[in-house]
Amino acid sequence: MRYFLKRLGFLIFSIWAAMTLNFILPRMMPGNPALILFGRFQGKLPPQALKSMELEFGFSHAPMIIQYFQYLGNMVTGNWGISYTYFPLHVTSLIAQYLPWTIGAVGIATVFSAVIGTFLGIWIAWRRNGIMDRVLPIVTMFMQSIPYNWSSFVLLYIFGFSLSWLPMYHSYSANTTIGFNGPFISSVISHGILPVVTIFISGVSGWIIGMRSNMINTLGEDYVTFAEAKGVSPRRLIFSYAARNAMLPQITSIAIVLGSVVGGSILMEQVFSYQGIGFLLNNATSSEDYPLVQGIFLIIAIVTLVLNFVIDMLYSRLDPRVRTGGAN
Amino acid sequence: MSQTPVLELENLSVAYDTPKGPVRAVNHVNMKIYPEEIVGLVGESGSGKSTLAYAIMRLLKGSAFVQEGTIKVLGQDMYKMSPTELRAFRWAKISMVFQSAMSALNPVMTVEQQIIDTLTSHRKGITPPQARARAEELLDLVRIDRKYLKNYPHQLSGGMRQRVVIAIAIALEPAFVIMDEPTTALDVVVQRSILDQIQEIQRHIKFSVLFISHDFSLVAELAQRVAIMYAGRFVEVTPSQRLQEAGHHHPYTEGLLRAIPRLTADEVTIEGIPGNPPDLVTLPSGCAFHPRCPVATEECKIALPPIYDTPNGLIECHRFAGEKVVQHV
Repeated sequence: MRYFLKRLGFLIFSIWAAMTLNFILPRMMPGNPALILFGRFQGKLPPQALKSMELEFGFSHAPMIIQYFQYLGNMVTGNWGISYTYFPLHVTSLIAQYLPWTIGAVGIATVFSAVIGTFLGIWIAWRRNGIMDRVLPIVTMFMQSIPYNWSSFVLLYIFGFSLSWLPMYHSYSANTTIGFNGPFISSVISHGILPVVTIFISGVSGWIIGMRSNMINTLGEDYVTFAEAKGVSPRRLIFSYAARNAMLPQITSIAIVLGSVVGGSILMEQVFSYQGIGFLLNNATSSEDYPLVQGIFLIIAIVTLVLNFVIDMLYSRLDPRVRTGGAN
Repeated sequence: MSQTPVLELENLSVAYDTPKGPVRAVNHVNMKIYPEEIVGLVGESGSGKSTLAYAIMRLLKGSAFVQEGTIKVLGQDMYKMSPTELRAFRWAKISMVFQSAMSALNPVMTVEQQIIDTLTSHRKGITPPQARARAEELLDLVRIDRKYLKNYPHQLSGGMRQRVVIAIAIALEPAFVIMDEPTTALDVVVQRSILDQIQEIQRHIKFSVLFISHDFSLVAELAQRVAIMYAGRFVEVTPSQRLQEAGHHHPYTEGLLRAIPRLTADEVTIEGIPGNPPDLVTLPSGCAFHPRCPVATEECKIALPPIYDTPNGLIECHRFAGEKVVQHV
């Protein structure tokens, strides 16, 4: 419990630090959002409009410290500002609209490659020097070494263009109605297959190889030999004694990788025109949409921190030594 | 002794595969251990003690393999069993206390779970409450408070962990327990209490023990017979009460005896054995001990001595030429 509170305190502190950074950075830049938008209209707007836009964007000339607390209040209440490029849409509603797609596609692909890779790693380490142990690491390593954009183009060419089995872009077909209905769901799935597969094959090798070497180290530990000697069934030996310990470093990697999921896979979303957060971030950056960029960065920071917190908690469940802080 | 031995080693050789060819860590070893007997096994680091223990348990890992000879436990050849038979036989009849209590327990599992795993793996019908009751009983036996059942290994001291390992080793009341340096990593006080406990439990459950150690005085006190291992061979097997007869042993044994500090003497002198244990890859010709032996003759460099049956035990040394030669220990 003390551990939990300690980590929770750290989580809140880090989120506060991320918000503060997010407040300071844009205010060190010249101009303000309203001026930029005003400039876009090239003098076709009356000066009063600038004033009203400043108000709309929540920009004030109040002292920094007051602005800061207003800002913090806005952050907490979910008022993250208005996007310029998607004016007058709110940043939060844009993120809410794009983020699920990314979490769906990139998240599923990442979780799949981590889970499947880990299990394959356990398996080939157990059947060490078997056929799969010789083939799998090399084949997956080869696939991982192919540049991501190239492999996605090849898959798009084969399955999208030549065979026309799968759609080539977007995350769902425009002629379906969004909602919980058969055509929409199947459209989402068929649109998702290629992005998920490309991310999967570009990442799975690391999980296999990592788990394999952890597992081989653990299988050499005395407690595994001791458990084998005392007659524990092979299944329990592999999972409860060997893999349970070998998995711990993988959990840490999962925390790191899941954090980056929210950032989206900019390349994947660009190649497949997939409406995810990476796609949105790319658009926002190229059109200098600061509120949106800020909002996305902030959500990345928060999700990463929260995920780290969750993984920390999970890790302390899995490794009792972490909880008490003492180990030898 | 007409009983069936609990352990019977016949001409056993264990080797490690290396790029230079197989290297023998255990070299033509013969041994019989009878019910309720405690046999000590002494030797320097690298003399093959642990390799022998793992070979008996059929737990050899990596490139190690049994090159020659047979191992019989209670008359049964463990190397002829199927994996399922082996899993049922091992630990029920023969168990082992590992050298490193620190690492013999799974760090992510409670002490209780690790004891219960042992029980449920062998007794299919055992209910969870029965298993828990037995785990408590075992902790009582090794004198650890029952409250530690819910603890993880890292929360226990080294001595307690070793006791848990002993509790797991005797959980199924085996006929034979190998103890591979069970007290090496512990301080002297804990060492003493664990040894007393081992003796007490042994009298209670009546299993035979092969007690491996490099601490001669400890083994001499605990065991009825002591085997001395040098470069993979048993150079001497002797009743422990005969160990005090200086001058009538293998020169290596005498070297080891002299290396025991005599705290009762006015001046504490410790004599070591000059030189280092031989490299198993390039073993000296003849008797492997001859380069370090104070009484070595030309013959020792040429011929491997036979085993002589002397009044002080079975000794593999040319010094005892004239005594009866035997084939088996």
